[in-house]
Amino acid sequence: MHCRPPPAVQLRTEYKCMPNSSTDSHPAAPLPVADTDVPRPLPASPARTESWQQKAADFLRAAGAVVWKDLSAERRSKELVSAMLVFSLLVVLIFNFALELERSRATLATVVSGVLWVTFIFAGTIGLNRSLAMEKDRGSLDGLLLAPVDRSALYFGKAAGNLLFMGLVEIIILPVLSVLFNLSLINPLLLLVVLLGTLGYAAVGTLLASMAIHSRARDVMLPILLFPVAIPVLVASVKASAAILAAAGWDEIGPWINLLIGYDVIFVAIAFMVFDYIVEE
Amino acid sequence: MSKSDRNLQILNVVTALLLVAATGLVFLYAPRETSMGDVQRIFYFHVPSAWVAGLAFLVTVIAGIAYLRTHEGTWDVVASSSVEIGVVFALMNIITGAIWARPIWNTWWTWDPRLTTATITWLIYVAYLMLRAGIEDPDRRARFAAVYGIVGFVSVPITYFSIQMMRSIHPVLFGPANPLAKGSAPLTPAMLQTFLFCLFTFTVVYFCFLFNRIRLQRLNDRVEQLKAKLLSA
Repeated sequence: MHCRPPPAVQLRTEYKCMPNSSTDSHPAAPLPVADTDVPRPLPASPARTESWQQKAADFLRAAGAVVWKDLSAERRSKELVSAMLVFSLLVVLIFNFALELERSRATLATVVSGVLWVTFIFAGTIGLNRSLAMEKDRGSLDGLLLAPVDRSALYFGKAAGNLLFMGLVEIIILPVLSVLFNLSLINPLLLLVVLLGTLGYAAVGTLLASMAIHSRARDVMLPILLFPVAIPVLVASVKASAAILAAAGWDEIGPWINLLIGYDVIFVAIAFMVFDYIVEE
Repeated sequence: MSKSDRNLQILNVVTALLLVAATGLVFLYAPRETSMGDVQRIFYFHVPSAWVAGLAFLVTVIAGIAYLRTHEGTWDVVASSSVEIGVVFALMNIITGAIWARPIWNTWWTWDPRLTTATITWLIYVAYLMLRAGIEDPDRRARFAAVYGIVGFVSVPITYFSIQMMRSIHPVLFGPANPLAKGSAPLTPAMLQTFLFCLFTFTVVYFCFLFNRIRLQRLNDRVEQLKAKLLSA
């Protein structure tokens, strides 16, 4: 072989002959040394061509994973729901002795509605506090944040989980209160109000709890932050529940339910917008 | 004295003069109201206090949003200063309202929607200050405070619209007259002038307090910086 070896690759045992290079009039073009010398188009990233349906599905899948994680952890340890449940029953007990709970029909609706919602609020506060404090203490909050998912999906999952736990406690407490006060609380309209109120409370509560756990006075910070902001939800729920239990007309119930729906929409929307700023580092 | 400090001194003097003038107008120029008597004059301080509190909390929300977008410390200083002033004026609003209510409604307090929401608003911003006090990291403190300021601000417009949504005994001045309201009275021109002047004065008072507080906070931060440098040297 009479080919000249291409420059800078003296040690190779195989030489590629340059075509028509028997003379020096056409010196060999230098071989590219590294891949970056030759610009190659990158393959299209799959994320860029994702449709909104796929994004929504990813979002729901991530949120669902967070809910599933919470449910699984709870199923094994049962610490959250049991604490909330026992506390609720104790609150009902204390109300029985602390307040003169009249049995007259006229005021029974108001009294029962009040006891109901105070119980739910206090139990919900415990649930929210523990749910997010556990995340922070075990470092799973950091783990969640490392996941390549939209932060709002984490919020949605956490809030849905808290809503489920509060709902579970409420489903148990409602028949208990029905028995204790001799007043049927299994009323579809009342259940709707309970759902809407709990939704609003869990939505704002999850948002504020994720801030409160970083504070120094961790356990009292959440009630201090949450109660003033959630009082409108509480007022609407109590008034609507009292009106329903007193079998009032839609004129009295309707505006409060509208107010509840309005609050739920507003608070969930705000939470979605600001949650990123809470958990960013 | 630097230029901005001199301007602030001028503002302080102007504010003091305006307050003296406003007090004079309220007690000497405004006529005595027929049905309520002299106690109605509290209205000239009560409503501007509410206005200043609302303005202060609005400034906090705007500054909070600006901080979240730009992460510049100045916005956080503005937000926290504004909340402090707002909390004071909101408390003044509630107390002057109670002083007025005692002779007119025969009670210091009622769980009327407007009063309740005013108290809730005050509590929300007290909680804001407590949240700030409980968090060490400055950036996290500013972020959380901004978020909570936004969440809390939702209740401020409710204070105004609640009087139109629910029956209440709070007098309505701007809006259709509520037949159940006790103490509503139309304003004569002299009263309107006094009221508007007081409103203007209180706004100037707010900005005076705000700029003074911002200056104090800046000096405070500078001292902290110098302390840190001294301790580490």
